[in-house]
Amino acid sequence: MRERATERERRYEVERDGREPEDERGREAGTTDARTPLVGGSLPRWGPWAVFSGVTAAVAGVLSVLGFNVALLAVASVVLTGAIIYGWARAVEGRRKATDRAITIAVSSAFALALTPLISLLFTVTSRGLARFDVQLFTESMRGVLGEGGGIQHAIVGTLVITGVATAASVPIGIMAAIYLHEYGRGRLKRALTFFVDVMTGIPSIVAGLFAYALFVLIYGPGIRLGVMGAVALSVLMIPIVVRSTEEMLRVVPNGLREASYALGVPKWRTIVKVVLPTSFAGIVSGAMIAVARIIGETAPLLITTGVFNSVNFNPFDGRMENLAVFAYNEYATPGIPNEPYIDRAWAAALTLLLIVMILFFVARLISARFGVKTR
Amino acid sequence: MTTATASATEAKRVEVSDLDIYYGSFHAVKSVTMTIQPNKVTAIIGSSGCGKSTFLRSLNRMHELVEGARVEGSVILDGQDIYAADVDSVMVRRQVGMVFQNPNPFPTMSIGDNVAAGLRLNSRKAKKDELDEIVERSLRGANLWEEVKERLDRPGSSLSGGQQQRLCIARAIAVQPEVLLMDEPCSALDPVATLAIEDLIGDLKNNYTIVIVTHNMQQAARASDFTAFFNLENSGDPGQLVELDRTDTIFSNPENKATEDYVSGRFG
Repeated sequence: MRERATERERRYEVERDGREPEDERGREAGTTDARTPLVGGSLPRWGPWAVFSGVTAAVAGVLSVLGFNVALLAVASVVLTGAIIYGWARAVEGRRKATDRAITIAVSSAFALALTPLISLLFTVTSRGLARFDVQLFTESMRGVLGEGGGIQHAIVGTLVITGVATAASVPIGIMAAIYLHEYGRGRLKRALTFFVDVMTGIPSIVAGLFAYALFVLIYGPGIRLGVMGAVALSVLMIPIVVRSTEEMLRVVPNGLREASYALGVPKWRTIVKVVLPTSFAGIVSGAMIAVARIIGETAPLLITTGVFNSVNFNPFDGRMENLAVFAYNEYATPGIPNEPYIDRAWAAALTLLLIVMILFFVARLISARFGVKTR
Repeated sequence: MTTATASATEAKRVEVSDLDIYYGSFHAVKSVTMTIQPNKVTAIIGSSGCGKSTFLRSLNRMHELVEGARVEGSVILDGQDIYAADVDSVMVRRQVGMVFQNPNPFPTMSIGDNVAAGLRLNSRKAKKDELDEIVERSLRGANLWEEVKERLDRPGSSLSGGQQQRLCIARAIAVQPEVLLMDEPCSALDPVATLAIEDLIGDLKNNYTIVIVTHNMQQAARASDFTAFFNLENSGDPGQLVELDRTDTIFSNPENKATEDYVSGRFG
């Protein structure tokens, strides 16, 4: 130990005296300064952006001759910029920083790539949906409407009722199932159930719809269409998502909190209700919200379970119910002549659906902040 | 629950006889027989992995929360074997409280609610002013009242580590147990907070029987009346009780050679 210390001191002396200038970092950074190398070479702050602008302009110039293409421009500019920056940084800053820059560019590009379709979609839905985004849209249904006019009140009501019933059924079942799996289940039964929950998350939604249809046909006979059938189909899709997300949230509750509660003589079920669930509340709420967002835009299972309907219907146990996704699909797939009013209504319905999801997420955030873990 | 409201009360004696503790097929602690004196502080020392914490957790049946864990032998608390067939582990834990190595206040509860948690969660119907009184008494008992009385509605996690540990002690004594188990309560704390907890332990023994596991031999010497030394002969063997005696005897004139080596630092 002492030998190593003296070795380090000796090296420090040598480096400070400048008799051993061949230090790796100093050499790599291209400096000839003989002090302990804390300062390395560095690209100017504007460097990467300047390279990017220059490369983009150059590629645009080349492409204007060969035939312009936005996607090709973006890809070619990013790849070229990455290569140039890496080479430049490698020469000036050394290998470590060059790698850092290359990875930064790769990660940022992946992020931009992932975001592009989302932004494109939001832009398209908003710009095209605004054409019919008026008061009439929310105050009228499609009852007796042909051609222009009409509204989607019936579809909004249907979406909220069907999703509400599905959520009211799925969230308690899902949370309790997750509590069983994480707090009580053990051994092979638990493993088998976990496996089937995972399988259930992959069920095609049309299969869930057919399941619900087949179930109700057994009771009511063929041709039955009810709002609650749609809710059953959506529950089949929703429950496994809620189970998985809740289970993850229960897993992050520290075991110390459970033990602290047991040590106070609190029984297990009360520990779960009063300590474990409140601690994981925010995560469970956002998990449930993601499940809601997943099912609120479902089309296929509702097409065969709730049917198509032009009037407002609040009662899920009585007759057909329209909803936004099915409405948008039908307006777009089978428009009348002229088709503009139908297409416009379809986009307006899509925009409304988007806004409903955003409002629900906002409300979920508020609930989490109000009842979740506080640190200050 | 008996009255622990008076300034000093007779706590309960714990008699452990022939206690063997297993995790599945692993024999963790072998045939421990010892008596834990009422209203005294008993320290348990020994090297890591010798079963100190396992033994401590077997005294309020926390041990069995681990899957596959089981116990043979008996632990007699106030004349009743806590491992008898018809004994409810929840009722045992109401008599034998525990403070853990890392401070673990409930994150969703305020400081006041944390202290009242044991009573609230056990749904004992207590009036608001009665609860307030218990909260104040427990926090005073844990030497924390003066520091937090202005902010009882703030979350428990807003306190410092040492304050959080005293909050956990207040939470444990709020349910008025007979015995208080502490599993290395100071190992995550700085010396000043450690001193505060040690002073507190000295006060608490007026009302409770205290068992404390510690890695810090100075702490055992300062804070305890009796010291038990646990050891294992070879790694993989079960841990066992080597010697239990008055703390000053253990540290000055132990009977066993292994104890002497350990307390004088010649071990490991």
